[in-house]
Amino acid sequence: MHEMAIAQGILDIVLKTAAENEVGKVTGIKLLIGQMTQVEPECLTFGFSALSMGSIAEGAHVEIRIVPLVGQCNSCNQKFSVQSYCFLCPNCNSASVTVISGRELAVEYLEGD
Amino acid sequence: MQIQVMTNILEKNDQIAAQVHERLSAAGIFVVNLMGSPGCGKTSLLEQTIVGLKNEISMAVIEGDLFTAKDAERIEKHGVPVVQINTNGGCHLDANMVDKVIDSLDLGALDLIVIENVGNLVCPAEFNIGEDVKVTVLSITEGEDKPLKYPLIFKQASAVILNKVDLLPYTNFDMQAAITDITNINPAAVLVQASCQSGVGLTQWYDWLKEQISIKQARSM
Repeated sequence: MHEMAIAQGILDIVLKTAAENEVGKVTGIKLLIGQMTQVEPECLTFGFSALSMGSIAEGAHVEIRIVPLVGQCNSCNQKFSVQSYCFLCPNCNSASVTVISGRELAVEYLEGD
Repeated sequence: MQIQVMTNILEKNDQIAAQVHERLSAAGIFVVNLMGSPGCGKTSLLEQTIVGLKNEISMAVIEGDLFTAKDAERIEKHGVPVVQINTNGGCHLDANMVDKVIDSLDLGALDLIVIENVGNLVCPAEFNIGEDVKVTVLSITEGEDKPLKYPLIFKQASAVILNKVDLLPYTNFDMQAAITDITNINPAAVLVQASCQSGVGLTQWYDWLKEQISIKQARSM
């Protein structure tokens, strides 16, 4: 259950950002979670709600956007949606492919008063 | 009020991992993060590696385990320095845990540190711990469907060891499917079919490891 470690990371970022911006109450948090991460959204939001109890982020609505897995071929520059975890370029069959999205684990923004 | 943040959640861990990596690199040490399921043969592979390379490579082991020191005791018998990290139920090692123990090793005397992660195909894949490479062990008895079920740990690996190939005749493991899936997920990974019982494939693994160590040492000079 490494979601707790990730939830703790989120809480640290949220509390630090809130303090820097003089936010007294965090009401919403938007997360970006890549398709190719080992994160179970339900575990993560549960973990966050437990860890944030008693803090200014208690009860904040956590919204998660799953970011699709996209590769880009280093040979022909083709961008493609990665299907069934096959990282070969569908255009030229090159094995040299860079993952350009789908590995995100980020706090995009927070809302508060 | 909406405040843009756009901060990587694992940033803190990654920063500590970078510091650990920098310190160990300055000492010219190559670091392997060894991952795989419970019982896939990580510790057996380590024991074989110690026996096989002891005369050429000066190595130490950091053992990650939930509660016990059983693996560390196995390693200690082979006469190499070993440090135990107990995660007390935590499903993976993180960079901070490794950072806390590296000073107990004589860094000036080492070529290689292998960090055996907690047995798990999911969580360790997300956490950098200061390594140069991740190596994933998959044993034949786990089934060839695991790469597609747990793609990240295979995607992150520089080498994948298909262990316990001596058991192939007794299972319905589809080696060709396993190789195809792993290669599709990670075309750059080195694949080694090995058995710690029969010894097959181990020379290929040692040669790859020695090559990585010498590349690292040439770069550190």
